[in-house]
Amino acid sequence: MSSSDQSIDKRPWLLLSPSLMAITLLVVIPMAFILVYSFYENIDLAVDKVAFQFGNWSEVMTDGYYRTAIWKTLRLSVIVTVLAAVLGYIPAYFIAMTKFRDKWLLLLLLILPFWISFIIRTLSWIHIFGNQGALNGLFQLLGLTDAPLSLMYNEFTVIVGFIHVFLPYMILNIYVSLEGIDENLEPAARTLGATPWQAFREVTLPLSMPGLAAGCLLVFVLTGGSYVTPLILGGPSDFLFGNLIYDAIVTELNWPMGATLSFTLLLLLGLVVVLYSRLMGLNQLSKAFK
Amino acid sequence: MARVELVDIQKSFGAVKAVRNANIVFEDASFTTLLGPSGCGKTTILRMISGLADPSSGDILIGGNRVNDVPIHKRNLGLVFQNYALFPHRTIAENIAFGLKYRGVAKSDVTRKVHKALDIVRLPGVEDRYPQQLSGGQQQRIALARAIVIEPDVLLLDEPLSALDANLREDMRVELKAIQDRIGVTTIFVTHDQSEALAMSDRIVVMSAGRVEQIGDPDEVYNTPASEFVASFLGASNLLPARVIGRDADGVVLETAEFGTTIVPANRAATLGDGDRGQLMVRAEKLFLSDGPATPDSTQAVIEAVDYQGQLARYFLRVGDTQLQAINMITGRPFAAGSTVNLTLAANECSALPLKDT
Repeated sequence: MSSSDQSIDKRPWLLLSPSLMAITLLVVIPMAFILVYSFYENIDLAVDKVAFQFGNWSEVMTDGYYRTAIWKTLRLSVIVTVLAAVLGYIPAYFIAMTKFRDKWLLLLLLILPFWISFIIRTLSWIHIFGNQGALNGLFQLLGLTDAPLSLMYNEFTVIVGFIHVFLPYMILNIYVSLEGIDENLEPAARTLGATPWQAFREVTLPLSMPGLAAGCLLVFVLTGGSYVTPLILGGPSDFLFGNLIYDAIVTELNWPMGATLSFTLLLLLGLVVVLYSRLMGLNQLSKAFK
Repeated sequence: MARVELVDIQKSFGAVKAVRNANIVFEDASFTTLLGPSGCGKTTILRMISGLADPSSGDILIGGNRVNDVPIHKRNLGLVFQNYALFPHRTIAENIAFGLKYRGVAKSDVTRKVHKALDIVRLPGVEDRYPQQLSGGQQQRIALARAIVIEPDVLLLDEPLSALDANLREDMRVELKAIQDRIGVTTIFVTHDQSEALAMSDRIVVMSAGRVEQIGDPDEVYNTPASEFVASFLGASNLLPARVIGRDADGVVLETAEFGTTIVPANRAATLGDGDRGQLMVRAEKLFLSDGPATPDSTQAVIEAVDYQGQLARYFLRVGDTQLQAINMITGRPFAAGSTVNLTLAANECSALPLKDT
């Protein structure tokens, strides 16, 4: 009796062990190295002294520059997440509700952009918004402007770039949630007296919340951690927290500072995930993938 | 409460004609069943009445008003789905109160009405539970409560019992009919189950391939089927090609190879038509076996197989080249397979049908 009880207790851990091992080797140990590095002291370019001091940390805490970057990152992540949620819900709803027989084709279209490098996709906006780009070409052709308008390298293009890259994640998450809703529920609400909009708001929207929330969390965290999109599409003031890490490590060759900033970002985004799980419950996230 | 009328309703999905020329009247406070095999168009008719589908042509009248262009949420109908379609994120009370919210019912009245609806479906005290905490049969009752609490003009039931297991289905059948009697709402019930239709309905509309085959009360469609389809869909029957050799006010004289001449009452030959060819329909339970001496009106048959069912036995018989089936009460022991028996039929309970469906 007791031996069989034990084997039942062990099984989940046994099944989890490969992923736990991978996470330990590839995430926990490297992150521990980064944490250790954040206490080192940078003396010169790429020259670090092994130490245990809080210089880097106190700089991050006190320097207003970093705080500005944190606010900028939060603000932009919120804007991108909200826009992606609104823009993503519509196609997700369409794909879930359409009677089109080859629905998989629509889903394939959604995944198609992933076949092209993320950098190339981001760079492609230069051909649309740039001085020689499609939009300026069109404006001049129509005689609306004489000289090219400066459309690139501002916050707007950064947002466009983010939405472009992250929207499929949002759509897929919402779609999976919508797909799982009994198709008779909206008609049921309608026969009971709800208008199409009321039926959507009272039934479909709340039931798709797990997917919407999962999509929002993904897009928020992905945006908050990026640096390539602002680097390519943003102006000098359109940097995110990720760009500071990039600068510290690649430009200034100050690895201890880079490690400190990395860990700060990890804590901030980790905090968002914790808040999310408090509000929504992480099990809601797993529902979206059922 | 209202009378529902379908006038020349047609519905096509592309090239497929799902409903052809349906003219049906559902009387006020009646219980009418749309009966037929899957794909016969019965659910499509229900969806058109509810507004979930639009007819390709024809008019739908509820209480005398044409509702073709009235949106679903303004038709005031109660629809019960086969899979219940309860809102999983709402409590039972919220589910039932859903339709009341759009009817401007005061809060105190909502609680009272929800309570009363739960009493009617005999499931009091589950207000605060969620649908998934209830069994299938209980969920079905909640779906019914949600549909009747809004006091609909018409109650539409789309195979509401087919997801339940056999015993529960028969209990719910009786209860559903009792509830309908009590609240007296015009009810349209869709099913493919003939015993449900016969047991519950005031009137039955038998459908096949988008066409209305027959409309009548249960006794009528069972005993005087209008077509071969109706005869074979409801109950087990034997259809024998026959020659019409005489007719008068009392009945029609049919001659069959198996039973010689049979006189069918006139009211059971209403659909026969004028020709000299037709079919004799003998219900399996109106064909009697005996092992006594042959009489002038009996026919000899060989039993090929016996399907023992306790108080009944179903016999598969052969008369010449014709296969027949008979369902008889068992007195003593059932007849054995392989034995020869005498067959008689209850002529005044047979029907005459046209040879081919028109």
